[in-house]
Amino acid sequence: METASHGSAPPRPASWPMYRALVGVGVACGLLIVSVYVLTLPVIARNEAEALQRAVLQVLPGAVAKASFVFAADGSFHPAGGAATGAETVHAGYDAAGQLVGVAVEGQGMGYQDVIRILYGYAPQRQVIVGMQVLASKETPGLGDKIEKDAAFLANFQSLDVRLAADGENLQHSIEAVKQGTKTTPWQIDGITGATISSKAIASILRQGSAQWVPRLHARQADLVSSGGPNGE
Amino acid sequence: MVNKGSAATSASTDDFIKGLWRDNPVFVQVLGMCPVLAVTNSGINALAMGLATLFVLVLSNALVSMLRHFIPRQVRIATFILIIATFVTVVDYLIQAISLDLHRALGAFISLIVVNCLILGRAEAFASKNSVGRSILDGLGMGVGFTFALLCLGGVREILGNGSLFGVALFPAGFQPWIVMILPSGGFFTLGLWLLFFNYLKSRRQARQALAQEVGV
Amino acid sequence: MNNDSLWSIFLNASLVNNFVLAYFLGICPFLGVSGKLGTATRMGGAVCFVMLVSSVCAYGIHHLLLAIDAPYLQLISYIVVIASTVQLVEMFIKKMSPTLFRALGIFLPLITTNCAILGLALFQTNKGYDLLQCVVYALGAGSGFTLALVLMAGVREKLELATVPDMVQGTALTLMIAGILSLSFMGFAGLGA
Repeated sequence: METASHGSAPPRPASWPMYRALVGVGVACGLLIVSVYVLTLPVIARNEAEALQRAVLQVLPGAVAKASFVFAADGSFHPAGGAATGAETVHAGYDAAGQLVGVAVEGQGMGYQDVIRILYGYAPQRQVIVGMQVLASKETPGLGDKIEKDAAFLANFQSLDVRLAADGENLQHSIEAVKQGTKTTPWQIDGITGATISSKAIASILRQGSAQWVPRLHARQADLVSSGGPNGE
Repeated sequence: MVNKGSAATSASTDDFIKGLWRDNPVFVQVLGMCPVLAVTNSGINALAMGLATLFVLVLSNALVSMLRHFIPRQVRIATFILIIATFVTVVDYLIQAISLDLHRALGAFISLIVVNCLILGRAEAFASKNSVGRSILDGLGMGVGFTFALLCLGGVREILGNGSLFGVALFPAGFQPWIVMILPSGGFFTLGLWLLFFNYLKSRRQARQALAQEVGV
Repeated sequence: MNNDSLWSIFLNASLVNNFVLAYFLGICPFLGVSGKLGTATRMGGAVCFVMLVSSVCAYGIHHLLLAIDAPYLQLISYIVVIASTVQLVEMFIKKMSPTLFRALGIFLPLITTNCAILGLALFQTNKGYDLLQCVVYALGAGSGFTLALVLMAGVREKLELATVPDMVQGTALTLMIAGILSLSFMGFAGLGA
């Protein structure tokens, strides 16, 4: 690229083939990329929507349909329009009778190896977390990645207490992880032996997430129920 | 690569076969190491990565060969890289459309195919000097050889590190997997052992050839 | 978007998730250049510098592409920028210090196909770092790369004096050593968490 036409006695003809090649190939490549992008965009969007649907229905046991809501910048809370993702988007799950089962929220935080992303379901009527699923993690296979599959660990999240204190702004008890087998209260998480840091990471993500989301969602639960159920998801 | 003078324009099966064993990109040429170690922690990932690389290799070889009289020498590397990057982007979107899970498992390494020295190496050494047919065969051979090498590694790492192959459990539940195999160090060890094995085969073949020459054939 | 502390980003990039020993990026130069301590340090320094410049450029490009809504051009623009950066660095070093240029020799152009540089650009984009975090990430990755290279070079120089079976010599042995190094670096996991 730098040896262009240094000692160029015939400058014009010598560099023209190079420009022609670079620009011609560049344009052709650009066209190819754009067409593939446009062709696959709807397929990819559909895949992502399906994956999200599956995850939401899994962390809200009993839900069969979902609807997305978003906290707008001006403080209002309304059903999400087109794009169903974003930092301020939550997903409500409804059972077959159209009743609200709970709200699924995304959370993330640093684990042992890298960032862990989770989705957890919060039931405002009972003030508990009803499910948790790991969306993305790079924890150590066989050790840290037990947080994804270990049945005993996942059972922690079937009814994790996140009730609000009297002021309605903070949680009465913050979630914490304890050593395996020493769980005594419903707001504790039984850790996994050998995966302490990963278990603590999950607890920390939930603690921060619930402190941020539970008061807001609890205050807005009427909006979630009264929206009339799933809006065609 | 050897029969330039005589059959330079006719495609031969040797173009395809040499990539499988004799000139295997991973075990003999030792090219394209990064994905070999990174995405071989399971059989499925290894297969997917191998096929993606094969796809890019064949297409970029074909396009480079088609344009070989059109690209001046001075800008050839830049154009090769442009072409390879284009096909890698295409593969990236295709994989996302086929399976999001697979895309997440392979991660950034799909994009890293573009700096796989194997593809640039074949474009420079073969596709820019031979016909489209031969270049495609060469790309196929190298790609299949590459996939074969990835499968060797992925298979061993998954069997020992997870007790399964392509997700199918091979051992009873009580099997204690050798976790280190799935970790980065396991990748290094496994590749080292495979290279050791290939060195052994090579030295045995050389010894046999020397013996044959001594005897007088 | 990302609120990691700068110190933890640096630690993570250089030790916990070392680019060579944990992410398998930059293996080709790692295997090829780690024979001698001198060349290893120089290569590490060159890679550090290119990483820094490419990281800043990648940050700029990413935001430009976001502005014009063309995410599919990301890979091509990154690789073009990296190739140009290496070209510029080469010309710069040639002018500033001809001796250093001669010492680096063929290594400089080889950095273009070094997956570590492209990997750095892609990772920092995925993690959503801001400009300062990008710079620290690049510094961490570069020093981690240099560290791994220097460690390997030190070990290999010592091994030249030892008796090694013929079959194991060469790349096979280097890979085994890399495996042990990678294993030892696993001890850093959880640092800064």
